Amino acid sequence: MLLNASGCLDALIAPDVARQLDGFVTKTITPLPREGNAPPRIAETAYGMLNAIGLANPGRERFLADTLPQLRELALPLWISVGGFCAADYAETCARLHDVEAIELNFSCPNVDEAADSAAEIVAACRAATPLPLYAKLSAAHPDVAEVARAVATAGADGLSLINTLRGLALDPRTLKPTLARGTGGLSGPSLKPVALAAVHACHAATDLPIVGMGGITTAQDVVEFLVCGAQHVALGTVLFADPDAPKRIRDALGVVQPDDRRLSARLLEFRANAVA
Amino acid sequence: MDARRERLRVAGAEPIGLYTLLRLERGDLDPGAPGQFFMLEAPGRLLPRALSLCLAPTGELAFLIDPIGPGTEALCELEPGDEIHVFGPLGLGFRLDVERPLLVGGGIGMAPLPFLAEALRFPPAVLGFRTPEHAEAAALLPGAELAIDPTFVTELILPGQDVLACGPEPMLHAVAERCPGAQLAWEAPMACGYGGCYGCAVEIDGELKRLCVEGPVLVSRAA
Repeated sequence: MLLNASGCLDALIAPDVARQLDGFVTKTITPLPREGNAPPRIAETAYGMLNAIGLANPGRERFLADTLPQLRELALPLWISVGGFCAADYAETCARLHDVEAIELNFSCPNVDEAADSAAEIVAACRAATPLPLYAKLSAAHPDVAEVARAVATAGADGLSLINTLRGLALDPRTLKPTLARGTGGLSGPSLKPVALAAVHACHAATDLPIVGMGGITTAQDVVEFLVCGAQHVALGTVLFADPDAPKRIRDALGVVQPDDRRLSARLLEFRANAVA
Repeated sequence: MDARRERLRVAGAEPIGLYTLLRLERGDLDPGAPGQFFMLEAPGRLLPRALSLCLAPTGELAFLIDPIGPGTEALCELEPGDEIHVFGPLGLGFRLDVERPLLVGGGIGMAPLPFLAEALRFPPAVLGFRTPEHAEAAALLPGAELAIDPTFVTELILPGQDVLACGPEPMLHAVAERCPGAQLAWEAPMACGYGGCYGCAVEIDGELKRLCVEGPVLVSRAA
C-alpha cells in the first residue's frame, strides 16, 4: 500500500496526485485551530529539507464540519493524522472520527514546543475512545525506538508509522543566522532514509505490528529497501514536493499494481530473511 | 489543477545584465496567465524553484532568473539541449480587467511584467533597480521608465492608476500603502508550489494562507 506522509499533500487541491495513492493521510488535526509558525518555514539542505510549519490546521471542529466531508467526496481511503498536547486531546479527536480507514497518532512533530505525554498513555486513551485502527507515528529521535514500539503495541496500537522528521538546523550562508524563523525544524528527504530504515528494522524485530515505512523514499528501489527491512506499507513525503507524479512513477517502476501482490510478498519475505540480520 | 509536469528542453540561456533569461521549449505546457508561476527542476538540488513566466515566445516558455543561490545558479548554467522537469502553470495570476494599468517592478521582480505587458497591450511601466547593471534587464520591457537606487520606483507612481506590481517586500508594502487595490505579486520560499508543503504561508487578511494557492498575486487592502 502506497500512502502520502502526513503534511506533504493537500488532496483537495491536488486530487489527481492523491488518486495515485492507495489512501490519503491528512495533515495533523489538533483540537484547536493552529496558524502555524511564522515564515520562513522551509529550507533546503544537502539531500533534504527542513520544515517548521508548526502543525498549521483548521482545528478539529472545522476539520470535521468542512474538510472531512470534502475529503470523503474523493472516495479514497482516509487516514486521519491526529495531534495534541495531552492524551485527552488525542482521545477526544479519535472519539469524534467514524468511517475512516485508520487514525495515525502523531507523537513526534518536532515543531511544537509542548511535550506530549508518553506515547503508550496516549495510545491507551485513544484505544478506549475508538475501535478504528490506530497507527502510532514515532520519532527515531528516541534512543530506543523499538522500546517505544513495544510500549504502544502493549497499549493497543494496531500499527506503526515510521518515521517522522528529525530536528535539524540550517544557517543562511550569508548571514549565518538560522534560515527558518523558528530556528530549528524537521529534517526530511533522502538524508533521512538510513535512519528510517534502521527504525523500521528495529521495530519490525521488536513487534508484530504492521509498519508504514517512510523517510526519504524517492525511487522504487527505496520502497523495496523499506519492505525488506520490515515495512508492509510505505508513504511518500518530500518527493511529492518535487514530483507530484512520484506515486505513479514509483508504482510503475515496482511493476506492482496490486498492493498485496503475493509474489512480491513471498520475494520480500525471502529478502528479509537473507538481507536483514 | 490545470498544471502539468513535463521534461522540457533548454532552447537557450542568455545573460541580460546580471540576470539570465532561460528559454525552454514549451512541450505541452500551457503558459497560463501573467503572474502565474512554474516549478523548475534545479539540477543537483532536491527541490524545484518557483519562477513566474517572463515571456511566452512561440513554442517557448522564458524565465528571468537572478542567480542568488545554488538552485538558481544551476538553472542559469543550463545549456541548450539540457532537459529539466517543469510543472505548471500554478497559482493565481494578475486580473487583466483594469482600466488604467501601470506596471511596477523592482529588481528581479520585473520577471512577470513582460508577459503581463503583452497581455495588456503594453501599458506604461516603471522599473526600479539597485544598480545600472541590474537595470540592463529593462531591455525586456521597452519604454519602461527607470528608477535606480537611491531613487525609488514608488516615486514614479502617479495617483489614479491601476497598479500591477512585483518586487521585493519593502517595495510591495510601500506600493500597498500608496495604492489601495493594487495587484501585488509576492514571493515566499516554497517546496512544492501546489499546496502540499505549507511552506509559503503569508499573512492575508489576518490569517496565514498559502501563497501558492491564494496567490502569488494578491490585491492590497484598502487603507
